[in-house]
Amino acid sequence: MRDPAWVSRVAWISLAVVLLWPLGVATEFKPWVLLEPDNLRVSGQFIASFWPLAHSQEFLLMVARDTWRTVAMATAGVTLALVIAIPLTLLNTGVLSVSALSGRMARGPFWVRQTIRWLLIVLRSVPELVWALIFVRVVGLGPTAGVLAIALTYGGMLGKVYGEILESSETHPTQTLLRNGSGRLQAFFYGLLPTSAAELTSYTVYRWECAIRSSVVLGFVGAGGLGQQMDNSMKMFNGGEVATMLLVFIALVALADRVSAWLRKALG
Amino acid sequence: MSTPAANGLALQLDALSARHPAARASAAPALKGLNLRVGAGEQVAIIGPSGAGKTTLLQVLACALPPTAGTLTLDGRNPWQLPRRALQALRGELFLAPQVPPLPPRQRVVTSVLAGRLPAMGLMASLRSLFYPSDIPAAHAALERFDLGAKLFERVDRLSGGERQRVGLARGLLSPARFWLIDEPLSALDPTRSRQAIATLVDEAHTRRVTLVATLHQVDVALHHFPRVVGMRDGQVAFDLPASQVTRDRLAALYDQYEHELRGEVPVSPSNAPDAPPSAPQPVVMHCR
Repeated sequence: MRDPAWVSRVAWISLAVVLLWPLGVATEFKPWVLLEPDNLRVSGQFIASFWPLAHSQEFLLMVARDTWRTVAMATAGVTLALVIAIPLTLLNTGVLSVSALSGRMARGPFWVRQTIRWLLIVLRSVPELVWALIFVRVVGLGPTAGVLAIALTYGGMLGKVYGEILESSETHPTQTLLRNGSGRLQAFFYGLLPTSAAELTSYTVYRWECAIRSSVVLGFVGAGGLGQQMDNSMKMFNGGEVATMLLVFIALVALADRVSAWLRKALG
Repeated sequence: MSTPAANGLALQLDALSARHPAARASAAPALKGLNLRVGAGEQVAIIGPSGAGKTTLLQVLACALPPTAGTLTLDGRNPWQLPRRALQALRGELFLAPQVPPLPPRQRVVTSVLAGRLPAMGLMASLRSLFYPSDIPAAHAALERFDLGAKLFERVDRLSGGERQRVGLARGLLSPARFWLIDEPLSALDPTRSRQAIATLVDEAHTRRVTLVATLHQVDVALHHFPRVVGMRDGQVAFDLPASQVTRDRLAALYDQYEHELRGEVPVSPSNAPDAPPSAPQPVVMHCR
């Protein structure tokens, strides 16, 4: 007896390898370069310089100040992103369409939703780094550019994913409310929101976590915060300072993780 | 319950055909040239074997499903010729209780019941009511009618299937509707609860002079509580009689080849299984660029 699935399984795996090979070539993916003795020595030296951690009082104070700035940048950015994403999501969600209750969505509402979908695509297809480089020219070096960059890109992402969460949730309560004559926003607050509040919150907190990482990257192009300090320390090959700041990142991400878990429990 | 007695809505179906909402476009229509006339404030039970088109009929009456042929007239108006806004306002005069109670699992019972009032409330008032329930006594009184007063501040997912179904009915008591459409209200209830729930509905509909159309699997309940009974089979009206004239022979003909349903052995489908635990919310997929 032979497993009848065997042939197709082998075929799919070979096909995947054949397709992946040119990708590896195109990206010059040669991981063994890492293991060449010269390169091993250089990276070994840098990693060895991580210890001892930088812990002078002056440096720690500076890290604390910039950590606060980074968290503030991420939080302000995500808050602005919410201001963009929530109205767009409400306009975009097909579940809240009254005309789609009985068959196809009417043409007007369909094109409104389609336009918003494209707006969201434009917002999030420009990486926050590019937005930041644009805004640094407009508003100058500093966290404002970072906040605006995060707001635009994350507004696009939140709007898309909120829409997907709402569309894939249990829509029976919402549809029934609409069928019984409620308004769209009433149906949202009494049907859709209680159904998906935990998922929406957890995704928002996760995005906040991503925004902290983003704001670090944005610091490298002059948006301030921990990223900028990290950039300086990297350029000086000061491993101890880099390691201390990496530890702060890990602590921040762990914090976001805990907050998300706690919120999910509270809302679930 | 201090809602002023509303005058029920009168309805009329002429040669109406419609497809089940989930059916393919090529499928045979679930309603085939149906004629029916219900006066304002009448109470009608619709019985018939599975697949007779009872749920589709309710969907059509609730303006949820446009007919494929024929006309629906509610109080002299054809809803499908109204502008969308007027149609939505008309829907506010209807209350459709679907067979599966439409309650978000994480919502509290008091909020679920008060949601029945939404068509009569402005947006600001409904948001305030989320912050502090607008009319706790009314919600409590409505729940009391179904023996659920103690569950007022419970969360919906702590309730059994039967309790949820009754919460769905209690919501109807708060709705400003002039026409109640109740789909299989008893599918998750035991016989005692069934009689009590249906007595409450019929009684309230009578007091408020609301038109009531309910589909029922339990023929004895329909005959006992409703003055008028419509038998449906194959998408058409088989008989439309006062309850007292529905004879054993007529029932036998209506349920020919579906005798087990007439005896009350309704096959329990997953959607109406009593006390079925709620399906846990699916974990959300995370994306990071």
